[in-house]
Amino acid sequence: MAVIPGPSRVPVPRRLGQVALHAALAAGGLVMLFPFVWMLLTSFKGAHQMINSPLDWLPAPWRAQNYPDAFGALPFAQAYWNSFYIAVVNVVLTLVTSAMAAYAFARIRFRGSGLLFGLFLATQMVPQQVIIVPLYLMLSKLGWIDSHLALIVPGFVNPFAVFLLRQFIRAVPIELEEAARLDGAGRWTIFWRVVLPNVRPGMGALGIIVFLASWNSFFFPLIFLNSPELATVPLLVSQFAGQHGATDYNLILAASAISVIPMMIAFLIGQRRILNSMAMSGLGGR
Amino acid sequence: MRSRDGWWAALFLAPQVLGLLAFLVLPLGFAIALAFMKWDGLGEMSWVGFDNFAAQLSDPDFGTAVWNTVKLAVLTVPVGLALALLVAIALNNVRGKTFYRVVYFLPVVTSSVAVAVMWQVILASGDYGVLNSTVHDWFGITLPNWLDDPGWVIVAIAVVTVWSSLGLNVVIFLAGLQTIPPSLTEAARIDGAGPVRIFRSVTLPMISPTIFFSTVVAVISSFQAFDQIYVLVNPDHNDGARTIVYQVYDLGFKDFEFGMSSAAALILLALTLLVTLVQFGVQKRFVHYDS
Repeated sequence: MAVIPGPSRVPVPRRLGQVALHAALAAGGLVMLFPFVWMLLTSFKGAHQMINSPLDWLPAPWRAQNYPDAFGALPFAQAYWNSFYIAVVNVVLTLVTSAMAAYAFARIRFRGSGLLFGLFLATQMVPQQVIIVPLYLMLSKLGWIDSHLALIVPGFVNPFAVFLLRQFIRAVPIELEEAARLDGAGRWTIFWRVVLPNVRPGMGALGIIVFLASWNSFFFPLIFLNSPELATVPLLVSQFAGQHGATDYNLILAASAISVIPMMIAFLIGQRRILNSMAMSGLGGR
Repeated sequence: MRSRDGWWAALFLAPQVLGLLAFLVLPLGFAIALAFMKWDGLGEMSWVGFDNFAAQLSDPDFGTAVWNTVKLAVLTVPVGLALALLVAIALNNVRGKTFYRVVYFLPVVTSSVAVAVMWQVILASGDYGVLNSTVHDWFGITLPNWLDDPGWVIVAIAVVTVWSSLGLNVVIFLAGLQTIPPSLTEAARIDGAGPVRIFRSVTLPMISPTIFFSTVVAVISSFQAFDQIYVLVNPDHNDGARTIVYQVYDLGFKDFEFGMSSAAALILLALTLLVTLVQFGVQKRFVHYDS
């Protein structure tokens, strides 16, 4: 078959294929983006535009006042701080304790290691909802209901994190550890000074996953928190949506945009790292 | 083995193991005990044997919940994973995939509450519902009332679920596809295999472990779906959206029937275990691991 030499020397059928693929991916991309675009457009509309028929696609006029109105209606600034510091504490506690457990499973030989690790993995099968009632009762006995302790303390238990870091630690050359041991380093020093610095990419990936999960979580905050000033961002948005009727969708979507935009910016900045970590977590789960 | 290794292991494991015992194993044991009790959290606790399970299994609300849970899994898992595989294969063959990866992944970093709120204005039936009013204005077709119609609400929830988890599955599949050595596909091509044949004989077997893993995770997470349902529709007003998880929440935190709620939750756990075991059984026949 004659190949027409194009400027990039790619055969024509292949170039056509590329065009078709780009067209299909772009069409899919529009479907993925539309809800975000519609959220932003609606968030700038006036209340009267919500009940117009046929509906208005563009805001006329653009009403930026929805943002301060939504932000001021509930303690959003407080909620940002709550979500942020809870996520950071969760990340730190999860990373340190799960790296410790992962190290024990990867590098210390002890009786029952395999069995214990199997049990760790098995607990991941238990849906959160199965333990929610007993957990609520236990935490209320401790006086932690309607307090951030209810989200922080149980939050660090993470068998998946242990599993993922164990994979990373097993890939660290054992010779590094032996060299440190010959120099007289103890277990803790080896863990802290030799192993951890060598699994930094894994820790980074896991940190991002834990941060996102904590920031976006809804079920536990919904059940454990009552006071508005303790609310996390998703909880506040859902309450705001629940309080306002259908005609206030412009305000509800402004509130929703306020909750989404910081994560979007963070994602766009760190997208390579986040996407790679998610891919690793998927493959790591095998 | 050094004599002090046991102590070191205990020390390193202590935080996670104690946490797991306190916040997972203990509540699980408590949940199993509660499932055989009648208790509202304040008054007397009384042993009722299997009454809670019997009551749930004969409750039409629970029947609706099981049916809806299964329906949601059947609607989301095959469609969601097939779409993700298609997108991943397309991305794997196209230049400049970073942009698309980011676009498809955006919903994954968005909180489920924001996702539900965004979709509410798309799927709503009033004038502000962009999907229905646009289709009506442009084509004169009246679409179903997605969020209020018990027959359609699970379809709506499934669409939102597939949309919001697509990017994660795409990224995982794409990583799986990139582990296939190009020489393998090249060899098949030289032997005269077309794209379909390459897909069936090379791609699919090579990424079958990834597909298997994603299927197990997708089924489990569809069984546990709560956030989108809670925010998108109120299952109190629309029985079509009642799932087992919602039943657990309703019984526990609205009716304070802690025993009943735990019984429903244990039935969910049993269902999860059953489906996962079946999947592992099926896996032996279809999943290829390099040995």
